[in-house]
Amino acid sequence: MYKDKNYFEGLFCGVKSICIGLKTTMREFFTKKITEQYPENRKELKMFDRFRGSLVMPHNEKNEHKCVACGICQMQCPNDTINVVSEMVEVDGKKKKQLVRYEYNLGSCMFCMLCVTACPHKAITFDQSFENAVFDRSKLIKVLNKPGSKVEEKPVVKKTAPAPAAKPAETPAEAPKPEAVAPKTAEEQPRIEAVAAKTEVEQPKPEAVAAPKEETTKVEQPETEKAAE
Amino acid sequence: MFDFSVISQWLHTLLLSFLPEWATILVESVIVALVIITLYAVFAIVLIYMERKICGFFQCRLGPNRVGKWGLLQVFADVFKMLQKEIIKMRQTDRFLHDLAPFFVVTASMVTFACLPWNKGGHMIDFNIGIFFILAVSSVSVVGILLAGWGSNSKYPIIGAMRSGAQIISYELSIGLTMLTVICLTGTMQISEIVQQQSELGWNIFRGHLPMVIAFIIYLIAGNAECNRGPFDLPEAESELTAGYHTEYSGMHFGYFYLAEYLNLFISAGIATTVFLGGWAPLHISGLDGFNGVMDAVPGIVWFLGKTFFVVFLLMWERWTLPRLRIDNILTLEWKYLMPISMLNLVLMALLVAYGLYF
Repeated sequence: MYKDKNYFEGLFCGVKSICIGLKTTMREFFTKKITEQYPENRKELKMFDRFRGSLVMPHNEKNEHKCVACGICQMQCPNDTINVVSEMVEVDGKKKKQLVRYEYNLGSCMFCMLCVTACPHKAITFDQSFENAVFDRSKLIKVLNKPGSKVEEKPVVKKTAPAPAAKPAETPAEAPKPEAVAPKTAEEQPRIEAVAAKTEVEQPKPEAVAAPKEETTKVEQPETEKAAE
Repeated sequence: MFDFSVISQWLHTLLLSFLPEWATILVESVIVALVIITLYAVFAIVLIYMERKICGFFQCRLGPNRVGKWGLLQVFADVFKMLQKEIIKMRQTDRFLHDLAPFFVVTASMVTFACLPWNKGGHMIDFNIGIFFILAVSSVSVVGILLAGWGSNSKYPIIGAMRSGAQIISYELSIGLTMLTVICLTGTMQISEIVQQQSELGWNIFRGHLPMVIAFIIYLIAGNAECNRGPFDLPEAESELTAGYHTEYSGMHFGYFYLAEYLNLFISAGIATTVFLGGWAPLHISGLDGFNGVMDAVPGIVWFLGKTFFVVFLLMWERWTLPRLRIDNILTLEWKYLMPISMLNLVLMALLVAYGLYF
């Protein structure tokens, strides 16, 4: 049994370890049981924080969400679960993308959370609701933005939407971050430059290169204005 | 203490008053058989429920709790499901042996079951070589298991059956030696005598102190191995052999193996109770007459069942604590550890008895 021990050592060692095991199970026998009895404990049942129930878009008390309709989540989604319907509106003489409908198909979602991690504004998140069963498949397609909601008033306003090319969309998403976390601006700024430079190297298409550069400068402006104030 | 033989005597004379003797014995045999089968089924249900609950509690969960209050009807549901299932007839099996095997297993365990002393005077089979008879009859289940493995004509069952054969035959030695230790102390093999003696002189585990405690522990380990349970469930190791020797069985044929497994657990606990913990004998502490009087008021069957279920609990505790052993470890444990220890124990017991160093 125990090759490194002699006969009696092995015997007593075995007895001792069995006693330890028996003690452990006996302690377990009297501990509070962890079984959740679901339909009965519906009221007090709380899923753990990292549980991915379904995708939601949190709205504040003024019925405002944070989504700028950039569409990154839609692009990240491996299953085409998300469909962001947006429209162009003109604000202060500048064209701007605005969210019309944020469609989320729970039926095809695989809860990988790529959309949430990709979202630059933390506009979407997973909640802990798990009672997702419905009788009709069409009910699984949910519209996440509440009716009449609008985007939260943040300096995202002055953003001319570039041509809907895949790459450029990523840089504007990157840009607004410094505003949210003011002290970090110094660190963030070089990073954005680097990203822009990277896209330049990778994609030598003229429009693709032009767009991010334009973006960065545009977004920087409100920043400086704010600082001046 | 209530003597159950009053009832059996009364029944006997009642039947004799209007039946010839051969018919009386026939009727009595049928009644006893019915009682055995009923008790067998009832205890199987109780034990399966108990096992599932206790297993759950050891694993920090609640066990069955949906069917009926506290899941009490769960086992009934399982049994009815089992009864409804088809007994699948497979090609290329030895049909006769395949169908015969469960009956060997279940018959062996039923006959052993009938040997247990339920109460004072409440024995079904009782004669002067009782323990020897139990050992002999309980070994018949090995034949059933080997037949099941052989008759299935399939790989997993034959491996399971071979393991079971090696294991049960090995552990039979330890059981035999511990029983010899007990007989050395009691001087009789008749079960009613052994229990009667314990009710007068104290439980064997107290009378024979050290060697009896060692024998009791060895019996618990070997008894668990005899039932193919606990860390010794290699013959049906589900992760390697799907279900071992009963892989190819379905419906009630599988049900018989299942019943026999649980009843064997009860039987080995019952025998441990009978020979070590005094069977139906109440707990007496010499000098405390009031306490002894209270203990005497509790009926013998309650004592017997209480002690037996306590031992069943010990066996389940052991089972749900230890992981499954490898086959060579099992044989090492028996041949290198348990058997030498129980031999030495027997010598020790013989010395104690020879010098009168017991209570």
